[in-house]
Amino acid sequence: MNNDVEILPEIKQIIGSLLFASKEPLSISQIKKAINDTGNILDGLYKQYSKVNDQQIKESIQLLENELASSTTGIELTKVAGGYRFQNNIFCGPFVRSLLEKNKTMKLSKPALETLAIIAYRQPCLRSEIENVRGVSVDAVIRKLIEMQLVKVLKRSELPGKPWLFGTTSRFLEHFGLNSIDELPNSNELKRIVSENIKIGDQA
Amino acid sequence: MLEAENRVSLEIFEGPLDLLLYLIKKDEVDIYEVSIERITDQYLEYIDTFKILNIELASEFIVMAANLMYIKSRTLLPRNEQAPEEDIDEEDPRWELIRQLVEYKKFKDVADHLEELEKKMDDVFIRESEHAQLGTSTNIDLKDANVFDLLTALSDALENVKEEDLIEIFAEEYSVSQKINFVKESLRITKKLSVTDLFCGMTSRNEIICTFLAILELMKSNEIMAIQDNSFDSIIVKSTKKIVNLSENSNE
Repeated sequence: MNNDVEILPEIKQIIGSLLFASKEPLSISQIKKAINDTGNILDGLYKQYSKVNDQQIKESIQLLENELASSTTGIELTKVAGGYRFQNNIFCGPFVRSLLEKNKTMKLSKPALETLAIIAYRQPCLRSEIENVRGVSVDAVIRKLIEMQLVKVLKRSELPGKPWLFGTTSRFLEHFGLNSIDELPNSNELKRIVSENIKIGDQA
Repeated sequence: MLEAENRVSLEIFEGPLDLLLYLIKKDEVDIYEVSIERITDQYLEYIDTFKILNIELASEFIVMAANLMYIKSRTLLPRNEQAPEEDIDEEDPRWELIRQLVEYKKFKDVADHLEELEKKMDDVFIRESEHAQLGTSTNIDLKDANVFDLLTALSDALENVKEEDLIEIFAEEYSVSQKINFVKESLRITKKLSVTDLFCGMTSRNEIICTFLAILELMKSNEIMAIQDNSFDSIIVKSTKKIVNLSENSNE
């Protein structure tokens, strides 16, 4: 890079800026598109950005993450819902809360959490499947969860009456700070039972 | 037993399975080792307590009570005298219930895990801001609301509407003319209304859009006017007729 002529930012810097400016977690491909497109549009010296690839981006993210962690800036780079985002250091949370006056935070009820847990492992899953596990009607809970955008309707099943199949949203992952469903405990064991149950629904 | 009953509130037991797990835990037995006879007695005792306390029980509790008594009755009979059953072959009748309890317990544990995660995320904040809005009507005196302000109010109202396609069971019919009457009627009662108040309580996109079109229609025919005191304030609609009437009165 020739600093005399123009200051071309490092990929790491660009990613930092992108994450800073973005409201949602950014995926590798979103980051790549922004960098490549800019390279193509600005052309000239910037042309090199049009060839930045996934590998370079991943390495830069890792670099950025490490640097942020070691420099104790109070900001961390985390992977959530399949994308990357900045968030505050968890121990600084109480201070942020006081600044934002967010002392009362939303807490999900036990039934809501149980229903979410079942949907998370068993998606796509029917309301009746959730009710089988919980032993109570979950109609109202599901409705509430959909309203909160933690659960969404995936599609209709092929069963008689074509009941809806539910799944969790990326908002769900963000809410619990998860990168993917696989990060939940016992995911293999609890999911496996699904495939036995679901085949009725899928093939009927 | 009594003190336990006093501590118990129904909220703890969301369903019959919760109650069963609670009883098992209280007895400190393994789910697989549970005695159906004992747990059935305890379960029914609780159901009685609920009744005494006049707590309305979900039907699921009664279903479970029946199921428990059925399993109990079967386990009491020697195997060769048990009535033949189609579904359950040679299996222990407890098994189905135990399987269900074990499965439910696993998900309850996950729910606890989620609760912990949620608590942790309490202290995690992310950026919420967008580009700083430059230029657009910072200190401009906006008396009359423009179309964009109205559109903003509309999209805000639409955003609050939950995804429709899932609950849409009954086809709801709204028409613009019906909503014109609604807006007129509302303005007759209160002299002015904010647009958000007009949208308040509407749950379908269709209804909100019809109301919005009704507002535009009434504005076009000069029957109502939309006012906004400051930029980004809520938009107030009021009837133009009232104003005309007032001025006529003062002239007389």
